[in-house]
Amino acid sequence: MAQALSKPGGTKRPEPLRKPIKALPFPLSLGQTAIGKKWLMALTGIGLIGFVVAHMIGNLHVYEGPAVLAEYAESLRTLGSGLFPRGLILWIMRLGLIAMFGIHIWAAVTLNAMNLKATSGAYPGGRDYIAANFASRTMRWTGPIILLYVLFHLADLTWGWWLGDNFVHGDPYHNMDASFNRIPVLIIYIVANVALAFHIFHGAWSMFQSLGINNPKYNMARKGIAAGLAGLILVGNLSFPILNAAGLTDEENRQCPPAAEDVLECLEEQLVEGHG
Amino acid sequence: MNLTLKVWRQEPGQNGKFQTYEAPGISEDMSFLEMLDVVNERLIEDGTPPIVFESDCREGICGTCNLMIDGKAHGPEKATATCQLHMRKFSDGDHITIEPWRAASFPIIRDLAVDRSALDAIQEAGGYITAPTGSASDANLTPVPKEAADSAMDAAACIGCGACVAACPNSAAQLFTSAKVMHMNLLPQGQAERWKRTENMVETMEAYFGSCTNHGECHEACPKEISLDFIALMNKDYVKSKIKNRKLSGQS
Amino acid sequence: MSGYSDVLDSKVPDGPMAEKWTNHKFNMKLVNPANKRKFEVIVVGTGLAGASAAATMGELGYKVKAFTFHDSPRRAHSIAAQGGINAAKNYQNDGDSVHRLFYDTVKGGDYRSREANVHRLAEVSVNIIDQAAAQGVPFAREYGGLLANRSFGGAQVSRTFYARGQTGQQLLLGAYSALMRQVNEGGVELFNRQEMLELVTKDGEACGIVCRDVITGEISSHTAHAVVLATGGYGNVYYLSTNAMMCNVTAAWRAHRKGAMFANPCYTQIHPTCIPSSDPFQSKLTLMSESLRNDGRIWVPDNFDEVRAAGDIPEAERDYYLERKYPAFGNLVPRDVASRNAKTVVDAGKGVGPLKNGVYLDFADAIARDGEDTVRAKYGNLFDMYERITGENPYKQPMRIYPATHYTMGGLWVDYHLMTTVPGCYAIGEANFSDHGANRLGASALMQGLADGYFVLPYTIGDQLAGKLGSDPVPADDPVFKDAIADVNDRTNKWLSVNGTKSVDHYHRELGKLVWDYIGMERNKNGLEKAISEITSLEEEFEKNVRVLGSADTLNQSLEKVGRVSDFFGLAKLKARDALVREESAGGHFREEHQTDEGEAQRDDENFSHVTAWDWNGEGEAQTEHREELVFNEVPLTQRSYK
Repeated sequence: MAQALSKPGGTKRPEPLRKPIKALPFPLSLGQTAIGKKWLMALTGIGLIGFVVAHMIGNLHVYEGPAVLAEYAESLRTLGSGLFPRGLILWIMRLGLIAMFGIHIWAAVTLNAMNLKATSGAYPGGRDYIAANFASRTMRWTGPIILLYVLFHLADLTWGWWLGDNFVHGDPYHNMDASFNRIPVLIIYIVANVALAFHIFHGAWSMFQSLGINNPKYNMARKGIAAGLAGLILVGNLSFPILNAAGLTDEENRQCPPAAEDVLECLEEQLVEGHG
Repeated sequence: MNLTLKVWRQEPGQNGKFQTYEAPGISEDMSFLEMLDVVNERLIEDGTPPIVFESDCREGICGTCNLMIDGKAHGPEKATATCQLHMRKFSDGDHITIEPWRAASFPIIRDLAVDRSALDAIQEAGGYITAPTGSASDANLTPVPKEAADSAMDAAACIGCGACVAACPNSAAQLFTSAKVMHMNLLPQGQAERWKRTENMVETMEAYFGSCTNHGECHEACPKEISLDFIALMNKDYVKSKIKNRKLSGQS
Repeated sequence: MSGYSDVLDSKVPDGPMAEKWTNHKFNMKLVNPANKRKFEVIVVGTGLAGASAAATMGELGYKVKAFTFHDSPRRAHSIAAQGGINAAKNYQNDGDSVHRLFYDTVKGGDYRSREANVHRLAEVSVNIIDQAAAQGVPFAREYGGLLANRSFGGAQVSRTFYARGQTGQQLLLGAYSALMRQVNEGGVELFNRQEMLELVTKDGEACGIVCRDVITGEISSHTAHAVVLATGGYGNVYYLSTNAMMCNVTAAWRAHRKGAMFANPCYTQIHPTCIPSSDPFQSKLTLMSESLRNDGRIWVPDNFDEVRAAGDIPEAERDYYLERKYPAFGNLVPRDVASRNAKTVVDAGKGVGPLKNGVYLDFADAIARDGEDTVRAKYGNLFDMYERITGENPYKQPMRIYPATHYTMGGLWVDYHLMTTVPGCYAIGEANFSDHGANRLGASALMQGLADGYFVLPYTIGDQLAGKLGSDPVPADDPVFKDAIADVNDRTNKWLSVNGTKSVDHYHRELGKLVWDYIGMERNKNGLEKAISEITSLEEEFEKNVRVLGSADTLNQSLEKVGRVSDFFGLAKLKARDALVREESAGGHFREEHQTDEGEAQRDDENFSHVTAWDWNGEGEAQTEHREELVFNEVPLTQRSYK
């Protein structure tokens, strides 16, 4: 029996699970408490959702053909190119993204550890969930799935680890098609994006709570916004493999065959001619 | 009604396990706890130590009763504490599983009784408005907007039973703490200590309990249907307090 | 008569009624702030009275130790009060005043309370509201932000402050938060899960208590300069009551056995609107707010053995007995009158419900007149509660109600300082007999508990403590503590070794039936004499045949209960004797022999205008009766009439 005196005198209470914190200066102090961490998770979550949305919108260029997609990809590298060296802004954004991922994951891992400590195991007699849904209860699984998928995705389509000779740097249209042509990748992609949608659904709703965004006028809409956002991202992202399989993105009849030596120049010329 | 109960029995300092008891001849007008009273009376006559469970007012306001019934804190009826749950919600022949509430900071005392005094530690950390006896000015000197009074009352309806912790997959006490914090933070009388109160109560809460992942199970289990909105408001007050260091500078 | 009263000195100060308390506060000895730290005060019980007293004395600087047998002070049964709290604020400008509240309370108490105490209660009532509002008690507000009031319990002015249907919980949370602030700041040391089992006295003065830790069974001594009992009433002597399961008389009874006189145990308030019991294993009764009588009509069928559903009984075959007998007040007659009339019709065999143990409270007319929505807005949560408990929908069929024990006006005798006849031992809140006389008005219990705790005891206790400056409390290793611990252990061992055949609850239930039947709403000489002999023989059986399983060194609820029930036996006998010697009817005490021709309570001011206080004479000996004569200078004695 964990009965103990937690304060001098007669009051009997269980011992606290955690020692009292010594507050660091702001903003480090936010990292010391669960509510602060949830707040950081919500903020980084907003950033990451922003990335996911932007990434999806950017990729929609695929429907405009290989040349526009390649131009979009190039434009990311030349962001702010009038002022900064090529790739600098992109790298700053990438570092920001990595930092957000890092903070998000660190908060999740430490909060999870705190929660494991706070619970005393499952109910051996079983328990019912009433409000908690699949999304909320699987955050700790969809999160790692997304992380692993991001790493896989980078290795597959940014570094071209597995496509080998079939990987054409600078021709995402081709790389995507090549990647989707492998059934296991297709399955990984779909599973990961479903996980992402669930994660975003609960994450977005949770974000309102964690940030204390609460107004009776629109509280009813919060779950709807979260569901809409998750649904939009899911539809957009899943459209790529589906429409690819349906033949809407046609790799066979490209004017610039990806195998050609001069594919990049060819794509550029196509743009100049004005028909992507 | 004839029922079969699967009840968690645990001696102090030992591991617990489920025991099965038959409960024949139960009237559907009985409350759930009266059903357990009857079972206990029979156990005593058989020479078996009765099942230990806690209850007091039996009208749903003191917050003493606490049972996990068929996997639900306070049982299947919404907005109802265990003591107001009646047997007509069950059917003849039912198998009912009864467990204590579980959380690391709710250690089991015996059988179904758990120690919830950690909740008092949160209250003690700042759940008050400093108003020494005799120092109060006339009550009508401080008008309170009706809406604020009503919201504060919604929060203050919390009976401190701990169902929110029991139902939370993370054993978080966010709903309890936010009800206590916001009851006072919403009232004009509570403004002077608003930031100090929020920080102290939240940090004490986190010393004992898990973190909120916004499942919403607490609200569903709450016999007084305390709103999740209070959690959002408390989160906002907490971070506001940290950002501007209001606790030290006394800004409101 | 004078032979009875020489030992009881009420210490009511001289002077005009309205100035007594003010002057007395000035005349009392004060304890210098630096010296307060040197005084230790034990407060047993952390309900409204106990929590407010402990917090206030902690603020003043006394070293306070507060004891509760709950895990948290917030669980005390004050929490269950629904209706509201009275205060003579006159915010509604309807002519209320301290004097009117005082007058109403004395009259409502059927002229059996001490005028000076009641006046003080009315005076400090206004401070309670200020105090509670400052603590953040979310009282109901008007749209302008000012406090709302309602009229309650038949009062002719709106002086009741309320917080939805849970005023008790909100006021207790206020007192509890003040207490927890003191715990945090070190002014009060809180002992939870500690049940007081003995008051310890040395040379006739209270010097501490002995407690049992209900979790570990550990017996411990606690010493102090003064002991305050705020341990509530004895309504659970009836087994079925609206009290919480753990409410008990043990602390007060243990003090009584150490010399604190027990006053007016026969006065018990039976609340008319409770939900009737539904089966023999009912554990408690649930109160429905009295406000329901504002719109509900009470009736029973004319026919004995009526089997039709309520809706099928034609108007001509219904007896709206309150409206018939009391045309002026109708369904709004005071609690005792409504209760007694319900008993009369049910005893006559006209009861309704499966067990024929209730009367109808019918909202059909109100719903037809105002619409279901209006009724729902007023009483929705009460109707929901009723449906939850009974499974019947009160919008469709009438509620069934029956009276139940609710509050006990009797208790430990205290003087104007709230000190019992054991010097250094105080009793506050429902535990004392003080302010309600023979009947308590609605919304006055919360007022009295908080008045005692916040505004009376913290002043009056200083008067006695000032005289003890320089003396240390009796040390815990003094023989008086060792003896008290030995007594507690002896009792524990006795109960654990009986090993009979029946549970404690069985005997509690049997005792409750006797007390309800003979010392309930109507009493008579034969019944009371019978009660004494039957309770005595039941107690003998209980002591020989009760079965307490388990051991003393752990959480053992049967062991806790057996001690409490044992003390209830003692109290029940005293209650019967008290009812027997009070040869009149007053408030919550109705003697069949003493009624008017119309069946109303007949007081005997000539011979019974006094408090009866009983002095313990030792185990097995009958208590000695003492009397405190009551003098009514301010409120003229009249017979209550609600025709």
